[in-house]
Formats: sequence, structure tokens, C-alpha cells
Amino acid sequence: MTHRYDRTLTAAAIARVEGEGALHVRVVADEVREVRLDIYEPPRFFEAFLRGRSYTEPPDITARVCGICPVAYQTSAFLAIEAVCGVQPGEQIAALRRLLYCGEWIASHALHVYMLHAPDFLGYPGAVEMAADHRDLVERGLALRRAGNAIMEVLGGRAVHPVNVRVGGFYSAPAVADMAALGAQLEAALESALDTVRWVAAFDFPDLIVDHELLALSLPGSYPIERGTLVTSGGLAFDAAEFEQRVIEHQVPHSTALHARLAGRDGTYLTGPLARYTLNSQWLPPLAAGAAHAAGLGDSCRNPFRSIVVRAVEIVCALEEAIAIIASYDPPAAASVPVPARAGTGHGVSEAPRGVLYQRYDLDGDGTILGARIVPPTSQNQAAIERDLAQFVQPRLSLDDDALTSECEQAIRNYDPCISCATHFLRLQIDRA
Amino acid sequence: MTASGVVVIGIGNEFRRDDGAGPAAVERLRGRVPDHVRLVVSEGEPADLLEAWTGAGLAIVVDAVGGAGSPGRLHRLVAVGGAVPGLDAAGADASTHGLGLGTAVGLSRALGRMPAALVVHAVEGCDFGHGRGLSPAVGAAIDDLAAAVLADVGGPS
Repeated sequence: MTHRYDRTLTAAAIARVEGEGALHVRVVADEVREVRLDIYEPPRFFEAFLRGRSYTEPPDITARVCGICPVAYQTSAFLAIEAVCGVQPGEQIAALRRLLYCGEWIASHALHVYMLHAPDFLGYPGAVEMAADHRDLVERGLALRRAGNAIMEVLGGRAVHPVNVRVGGFYSAPAVADMAALGAQLEAALESALDTVRWVAAFDFPDLIVDHELLALSLPGSYPIERGTLVTSGGLAFDAAEFEQRVIEHQVPHSTALHARLAGRDGTYLTGPLARYTLNSQWLPPLAAGAAHAAGLGDSCRNPFRSIVVRAVEIVCALEEAIAIIASYDPPAAASVPVPARAGTGHGVSEAPRGVLYQRYDLDGDGTILGARIVPPTSQNQAAIERDLAQFVQPRLSLDDDALTSECEQAIRNYDPCISCATHFLRLQIDRA
Repeated sequence: MTASGVVVIGIGNEFRRDDGAGPAAVERLRGRVPDHVRLVVSEGEPADLLEAWTGAGLAIVVDAVGGAGSPGRLHRLVAVGGAVPGLDAAGADASTHGLGLGTAVGLSRALGRMPAALVVHAVEGCDFGHGRGLSPAVGAAIDDLAAAVLADVGGPS
């Protein structure tokens, strides 16, 4: 037990999260006084970059915000623009959009479950060390990720930054033969996905129950992915058009990302897998629902450490949904519908793997973008993560600094934060001797 | 891909200035490489790198690096025994999504998925801020960077 009066923990670069971030925890007299998650986030740059561009460009431009969840950015963007222009492309195109988004969920969740999160539960510093002992498990995760990427290659043209997505639909619809081959690949991945749920459900989970208000999309009859309205565990229900009235963003000194709170509420809110599952578990398709039940999830899940189980269940859900969409695929007569420019403001929301992603576009009459707003899930969750960390750290103060810092990093990884979406940066050492 | 296949992977993000050097070099190579050479652009996510170079006879990674102080300067690093001399692991872990080239190499070794040969062509960058466009020094080096890659893959320089 340490009895220093003032103790500060700092993790300058948090490993195995999506991007760059730093954590500061300040402890005074064995009481957690302050938890700050410093994150550096680029969507604000893209908001400025979008101004003056054509209304047809955001799906391609916003796909570059993040290499892990480009479809989420594309989807919220075209939904917002189509809302301005008063166009709904129809159910055939909607089904293909859902299929594409399933691919992103599978690839993103498989990456997080196997490469970023599972090593924490199995006592490895990272995926490389885990792969040395569990080659078969890591290969299973990579195969699941490939299945997700295969969807994005068939629907999106390529796995990273899909190029086949446009306002109004797609540039081209997939061939029936390609869809049949894809369906067979996904069928083969389904058993691996079910094994994944059984595998992660057996992990040991620390006790941590969070009481945030939960925010997710709702699409009665379906598990929400590519569209829906917004609901909370506190009984709020609103459309994307009300998002900026209901979700208030505010700056905090220690982060370039804005924090967010629900209007009229004192407490924090959380979006992402826990919220999605708790508010929509009744709409899981049969195999995913059965896997969740067998994993002991119940109707709701408020332990962030068990988010790995929810993600595994959502991989099953996305595969099930994708297989069903492919089985009933009937190529649309046209891969897209015309979307004539119109002046106005439109709003779009979708469920990125990490939670609700909102976008707003203001267009003039010829479709020039006058303003744009992007609210990604990680910035919405920042305050909740900080509050959870404070709750998590307090009973663990007897750990030494290294152990406690490590546990805090693990706790942060529960949220799969997409912190920078991002730069690639290698440090080079040169011996000029 | 056959074991004799060649893959050239340009790593980077074109919206982070000099970080876009790798993809820019790959664009410069389009139409100039032999048919057996596959060109790939990646943000450097290790699982993607692993998948891209699995089974390759030669994998060439083209990337921007920082911290060395001579923008535009080129480096050619040859993996020896599965390690890439000059790339420090801590720096690699600060890359795109918390993981990096070092992790990709480590993962590939553990899974028996290393290419037969791995060469890293790196260009020193100086501006990794938000925005498109390379710094003048890095932009001026892209032709030489592409030529250096062509020399490795046997294409016309």
C-alpha cells in the first residue's frame, strides 16, 4: 500500500487503442481527484476541409477520417445529404448499405477482440506475444477480419476507404456470382464467430458496473446498424435532426476533442456496444441472440470489461445479417438514384463500431457545402471513460504505479476508443557514428 | 500470390501531410512496374500489412518517418532475421492505430507469415499535421523514392 500524499499516474501514449492519447490520473491522500484522458482528434479538420466542396464529395472525403471505420463516416454523410435533398434510395439499396456496414463491424470488431483486447484477459502484453502461444486463435481472428474485409471489397470496391459508395447509392451493384461466393465465405466464418463468443465469455471480468445513461440508435425489428432514430436508457427518443439540441458539446482544456453531455441531464452518457446491446438486445437475430444468452449476457450489459463479449455477439449478428441479405439479393435496376442538389440542412446518424456517429451538412442551392459537423463516438464517450476510470482506480490504489497504469490502459481499451484516426508515424533511430 | 511475387505497400495517410509520402510513391509507380508486382496502399494497420505480404517473395514497404531531422532524405532498410534495423519498437507503437510496422513484423514472424524478403524504403518527413500535400522537401524526394523502389523490383527507372 502506498501512502504518498500526492500521486500522479501518466501513460503518455496508450498502447493498443486506435490512435494517440494520453492518460493522467491524480491521487491525493488515497482519493482519486482527477482523471483526464487527453485525446487528439481530427474530425474538426475535416469539418473545415469539407466547406466549399460539392455535396457529392463527403462519402469519399470522410472515409479518410478513419481507416478502421470508413463506412460509418460514409454512411452518416450520405444519410445527411440525402436528407437535405429529400431523397430515400429505397430498400434494395438500403439492404446493400447494411451489408457493407456489416463488413465494417466484422472487420473492426475482429481486430479489437483478437488483436487489441483479448491479450489483456490472457495476460499478454500484446497480440504478438499472444500469437506465439495461440497461433490458432490469432489466425481465427484474422480469418474473421478477412471475412469482413471481403464484404467491403465486393460492395465497396476495396477494404480500406471504399470507393464504390456515393450519395444516392453505389456506383455499381455487385454481381450475383460475386455475392454467392461472398455468402459461402461468410457461412464458413459463422462457426468461428460463434466459437469467438464462447471463447471470450469464459474470460475473467473485473466487477465494474457503470450507470451512465446509454445512447444508441433504434430500428424496431432490427438490430440498429446503418440507420435508425436515437433513444436513451433514460427514456429520451429523438431523430438525427434534433441531435445538436439533445447532445451538447463543450470544450475542456485538456483535449482537442469536445466533450458531450445530454441536454438537461447532469450525468454522463455512453454510446457504443454496451448501449447498443442494452437498448436493442431484443432485436438480435436468432444465432446472435442464442450466443448472447449462452454467454450469460442477459438483456443488458453494463460492465465495460464484458464489452468484448458484446462485440463478439455483434460479429455473429453482422454475419447473420449479411448472409441473409446476400441470400435474398436481387440486383437493383439501378445502383443509385438521382439526388438533385437542394439548399438546406440535413442530419445523419449511424452506429459506428464504437457508437453513434453524427454528421450535419448545410448546403446551398447548387450543392456547395456551407458547413459540416462531425460528432464521432469516442469524443461523446470521453467524459464517461474518465468517470469510469475514477471509479475503477479508487479500489485499486494499493497497486504500484506500473501495475495501476497498466490496469487503467486495459480499462480504456474496453471502449475501443478511436482516438486519432490518424497519422502513421514511425520513429527512426540513426546511428551516425 | 506466388512465393516469387512482389508486393509494394505504400503506408500513410494523405490527409496528414508528409505521412502521405508512401501512398504518393505508390501512385508514382502505377504503370511503371512489371506485371508480377502488386501495388497496395495501406494505413499501416498490422493485420492489413500481414495479409498484404503473406506469401510474397519480396515485400517492399514505402513509408514516411519522422524525428531524424533531414526532410526528404531517403533510407533503405533491409529486414534481417525478421527485424528491421533502425526502426525502434516504441516509435512503431505510436503509429496509426496504436500498432505499427514493428508489430506487423512480430505478428508475421509468430504466425510464419513473413515474406521471403522485406525491404523498407523510408523518407524523412517534417510535417505530420492535418492537411493534404507534402512538404517541399518530401515532395521533391518522391521521384527518387519511386526510382529506388523500381531498382528493387527490376522495373524501368
